Amino acid sequence: MRCMKTARTNRRGRGTRAALAALLFAVLMILTVLPARAQVGYQNQYSYTYDYWGDVRYAPDAYRVRSVMNSSSLGLDISMAAPGSLFVKGDRLYIADSGNNRILQLKRDGDSYIPERTIDSFTDGGTADTFKSPGDIFVTDEGDMFICDTGNERVLKLDSGLNLLLTIRKPLDETFDQRVSFLPTRVVADVTGRAFVLIRNVNKGLAKFERDGRFTGFIGAMPVSYSITDQIWRVLSTRAQREQQASFVPTEFDNVYIDAKGFIYSVTTTFSEYDLMWDKARPIRKLNAVGSDILVKNGEFPPIGDIDWGTAGGYSGPSKFSDITVLHNEVYVALDKVRGRLFGYDDQGRNLWIFGGSGNMSAYFRNAASIEHSGYDLLVLDSLEASVTVFEPTEYGRMIYLATEQYQRGEYALSADSWQRVLRLNGNFELAYIGIGRALLREGNYEQAMRYFKLANDEVNYSKAFQEQRKIWVEENIGWIFAVFAAALALPLALGRLKRVREELRDI
Amino acid sequence: MNGYAGIPLIRRLTSRTWWQRFLQTLRYALHVIVHPFDGFWDLTREHRGSMAAANCIVFLALIIRILSLQYTSFLFMRVNWSRINVFTEFLTVLLPLLIWCVANWSLTTLFEGKGRMRDIYMGTAYAITPYVLIQLPLIFLSNVITVEEGAFHMVLSGVSLLWSGSLIVFAMMMIHDYTLGKTLAFILMSLFGMLVIIFVMLLFFSLISDGIAYIVSLYKEISFRLY
Repeated sequence: MRCMKTARTNRRGRGTRAALAALLFAVLMILTVLPARAQVGYQNQYSYTYDYWGDVRYAPDAYRVRSVMNSSSLGLDISMAAPGSLFVKGDRLYIADSGNNRILQLKRDGDSYIPERTIDSFTDGGTADTFKSPGDIFVTDEGDMFICDTGNERVLKLDSGLNLLLTIRKPLDETFDQRVSFLPTRVVADVTGRAFVLIRNVNKGLAKFERDGRFTGFIGAMPVSYSITDQIWRVLSTRAQREQQASFVPTEFDNVYIDAKGFIYSVTTTFSEYDLMWDKARPIRKLNAVGSDILVKNGEFPPIGDIDWGTAGGYSGPSKFSDITVLHNEVYVALDKVRGRLFGYDDQGRNLWIFGGSGNMSAYFRNAASIEHSGYDLLVLDSLEASVTVFEPTEYGRMIYLATEQYQRGEYALSADSWQRVLRLNGNFELAYIGIGRALLREGNYEQAMRYFKLANDEVNYSKAFQEQRKIWVEENIGWIFAVFAAALALPLALGRLKRVREELRDI
Repeated sequence: MNGYAGIPLIRRLTSRTWWQRFLQTLRYALHVIVHPFDGFWDLTREHRGSMAAANCIVFLALIIRILSLQYTSFLFMRVNWSRINVFTEFLTVLLPLLIWCVANWSLTTLFEGKGRMRDIYMGTAYAITPYVLIQLPLIFLSNVITVEEGAFHMVLSGVSLLWSGSLIVFAMMMIHDYTLGKTLAFILMSLFGMLVIIFVMLLFFSLISDGIAYIVSLYKEISFRLY
């Protein structure tokens, strides 16, 4: 009986051991699979930032793809053809489907968008009219639509019922070059109903049209500056060379965005690489009411996209932005059409994250043409693929935004906590060290603040903390300092006297 | 240090008189930097300086360069440690110094320069004494001042370089027995000579590496054929 029992327990023991081994094997199998699944699924070189030295530091993904919308997934009767631009107003998304002479209006439904209306004609006092390759659309708070009817050389203002309110044509103004055709490509409008129109082949800036359609000049054209070296080169170069020099041409904007406060953000791609290095090119500009650039640049590098561009992957040269969008927390995102990358900058012009790439996979683009945002989500239009990719922020991306916003609201301690959580996900993120350092500086914890500022190579803030810390140190050790000074003065005197005494003694 | 040239190193280092002379010639550097004209004249002609002391000053300059990389506050010196190589740092001081001596000697020896190569080296080495003397306390100073007070650091650092630079001019003037104008002209020509030497060296290295690459590729080609 006893013998049998042991045998049975033995057998059972063997059985449990086998089961344990199987379980262990299963767990191991799952563990080997899990880490790959825990990632978003991009290769680990997808997202990055630049460190103080301008070296690439790979970072966790700040955004992940939620969905990719194309003609078939949206169930469109005619496939999108060379769509030019995106626009988001509230929960509505507009796609300028230029190749099909129409504008698609989509409505957000939970996490996805469904087609709501196809805008392909409008009524002009009873008669119907159509568009010809419309380039862009802008919808005002009242629901009026500005549409760049590029092919028909006009900008239309329609009400929400698609009735024509206003037509803007080529201004018969002497400041407007009458030889060039009026090809509006982008339009934005401010709260007063004033429209700012980007016109192809016009390099004087944005054309400004009042509420009644009256042309009132250009804004945003930067004065062309000649430096002495430029002058010398101009004298030395031949006529043919002079004509090649593009850097003297006033900038032609490539895209515009008007933020909630009415500031116009513009991007330009006409600049020389040399100007970019000295921050003279200013590919991203923030224009105020009189058209001067007021973009804040407090980062180690100006917001120019990639710092180190190399020639890898068949691409060379700097980033060239095709579009820009500004989130409500003043974080702006620029879209690089060369490499299909998105660059996020905070209100101080410091880089938050970079991701994207060129290719056919989801989250990669073939011709990144336009970017928009809806809340924290980013929508990117690929005009070659005729698709819209919707990105949503990851835990990491949300934490960066939270920390930025908390700091903007003045909640410095909370902001430091959020930056700590960012650091736990990305120890290479210098902005987080600065954020924590600034909170510590305000708390009066100078020694720790210095440590964080040093890690981020932030000499100005480090100096501030150090000055305070030095004051404290001097106050604490004032006795010692005086003692050392006194000793330094007294010791040579005492030694001199001792020497003299010894000499006198020897003389005796 | 002529009298000690033939004596083995170990005998020198254990000899009391050698050490006395070494310290005496080293201390002479402090005299030279404030009395450059007489100082450099006597440096070689009266044997007031020694090669050992000159080497010592150059060695100290190297050490101070490394120390300042490590210990200067990051407010005044940013060091990307992932890109620093101590030997490269040594060479950035030593190589220009040696090329300078060669270039200067090569030119002045053709134009009635009185200095030998060792005199030029000694004079230049003694002339960088202010750099050594000022940069060392600057390392300490940098750690107790803020960015706003950085002007002190910058001015002192500039003084150390200007002082050393002008001492090199006077050293060359005295060692070669030139007038000031001739000295300056020959310094400019020596700098040009340095460029020529560097160019020839680069050419030489590039040719050598091409030659080696040719032999290596030949060897590879043959070995691929054989196996």
